[in-house]
Amino acid sequence: MLEIVEVKAGYGHAKVLHGVSLKVGEGELVALLGSNGAGKSTLNNNISGIYKPFAGSIRFDGAEIAGVRSEEIVDRGLIQVPEGRRVFPNMSVRENLELGSYRRATPNRARNIDRVVEIFPRLKERFDQYAGTLSGGEQQMLAIGRGLMAEPRLLILDEPSLGLSPLLVEEMFALIQKLRAEGLAIFLVEQNVVQSLEVADRAYVMENGLITVEGPAQDLMHDEELRRSYLGM
Amino acid sequence: MDFLGISLPSYSLETVFGSAISGVFLGAIYALVALGLTLIYGVLHIINFAHGTLLMLAMYAVFFLWSVFGVDPYLAMLIVVPGGYLFGYALQRSVIGRTSHGRDEIILLTTLGVSIVLENFALFAFSANERNVQVPYDFDGIDLGVVYIVWPQIAALVGSLLITAALWCFMRFTDTGKAIRAVAKERQGARLMGINVEHIFAVSFGIGTACVAAAASLLAPTYAVFPQVGYLFVLIAFTVVVLGGMGSFVGALVGGLVIGVTEQIGRLYLGESLGLITISAIFILILLFRPTGLFGQRL
Ligand SMILES: Nc1ncnc2c1ncn2[C@@H]1O[C@H](COP(=O)(O)OP(=O)(O)OP(=O)(O)O)[C@@H](O)[C@H]1O
Ligand SMILES: [Mg+2]
Repeated sequence: MLEIVEVKAGYGHAKVLHGVSLKVGEGELVALLGSNGAGKSTLNNNISGIYKPFAGSIRFDGAEIAGVRSEEIVDRGLIQVPEGRRVFPNMSVRENLELGSYRRATPNRARNIDRVVEIFPRLKERFDQYAGTLSGGEQQMLAIGRGLMAEPRLLILDEPSLGLSPLLVEEMFALIQKLRAEGLAIFLVEQNVVQSLEVADRAYVMENGLITVEGPAQDLMHDEELRRSYLGM
Repeated sequence: MDFLGISLPSYSLETVFGSAISGVFLGAIYALVALGLTLIYGVLHIINFAHGTLLMLAMYAVFFLWSVFGVDPYLAMLIVVPGGYLFGYALQRSVIGRTSHGRDEIILLTTLGVSIVLENFALFAFSANERNVQVPYDFDGIDLGVVYIVWPQIAALVGSLLITAALWCFMRFTDTGKAIRAVAKERQGARLMGINVEHIFAVSFGIGTACVAAAASLLAPTYAVFPQVGYLFVLIAFTVVVLGGMGSFVGALVGGLVIGVTEQIGRLYLGESLGLITISAIFILILLFRPTGLFGQRL
């Protein structure tokens, strides 16, 4: 479904990704792990069309999308829930959700709002509150809900558990599993290694802009060498 | 009456009230010009130095529609408002957006450059002469007892209120309006939702220009057109925008009315030219007590 081949990317003269290749299959949950500054978000934003890769290929459903405008990527159903939530702070929860379907699934807006508040009942209570006044956890729910409004075919989640309490982290991973069970393909970027490997089918480890380890999540979980050197366990 | 050692003439309450009312009508136009400015500021985070120049061009458009084709200045709105929108959209997309490379300080200079070019074009093409639109009804009106109000004043007030209300509804209830508000505060989040940020910038610039085009129609029956006419209004509109709170619609409306009333009462007491000081005085006072303006920050 998503196929990334030898992508080189960065910011101006600063090269961040030095040839990254990875794949996410239909209905698969793939985790990307790596320490701070490894280049995970840089990869996501190159996939989503915020930046244009210097070289390499990004294919979605067989079509080349490297350097394509972000709205066309949204059209195709490749939706990113970004790191740091990036909800619209000056707008209500309802309006944030509505804008999730600005470009895609617009006719199903009402139905999808019902579905999102069913998943996140807490958002219902805050429906007319400004998103900027929500707690960090609520903002994360809103960001994911907003992403779901577009009826994604592949959902990129960039550190969804960042800044959440342990209880909410548990809830978050339960939700990710649930979405996956419904058939949604998910590309999960995380620093929460153990929980990510528990839910993922396959995983990649990124270090300094390169994929250094890849394989089935279960194998990575039990790889002693990896546990010690990369995952710090 | 005595104010800071200057002895002021004393007027009856009716006269002062009369000035205040005509200030409301003048303020409505200021509000409309400020509305466009505040929208562009709120979304693109820049002060549009070309705003006054665009007002001037729109006033010429209204004037020529009247003098060449005999179009009534109010009816001209049906042409200059969409025309202003398209002109503003194209100007942002093809010149301002393209030269700026996303850097705010460059956008600022570009708008200044655009205004200099357009103004000199107007000077060259239309000469520095003042021109007036004459309508048969410009001295008709209603007598409120304390003040005689002409129809163009009423049209200015009603028109400004309607346009402000319409724009407010547009920003609240349409997807494009919501996208504008989203882009104002969270550009990357907006991009990830498939909002074309460059398009939204241009739409905002287009709407801001449409606001001055509407103001031009409402002004035409009472104000002369000349190449520098924009400065008169845009300097006051800057004051209104800061006073009302940068980026706030309600602030632009209330700020416009406050400034209009202040100006008229100031003129009454201090005379035509000195009267404008009261605007600066009120401005400084409000900012001393409310540095973010009357209506803070919210789009
Ligand atoms: N907009 C930018 N301009 C310049 N450099 C950037 C920009 N964004 C990120 N970088 C740099 O790119 C490198 C990779 O950053 P990136 O955000 O992709 O890391 P990450 O793996 O997502 O880290 P984290 O886990 O902390 O989110 C870092 O060295 C960072 O400083
Ligand atoms: Mg990151």
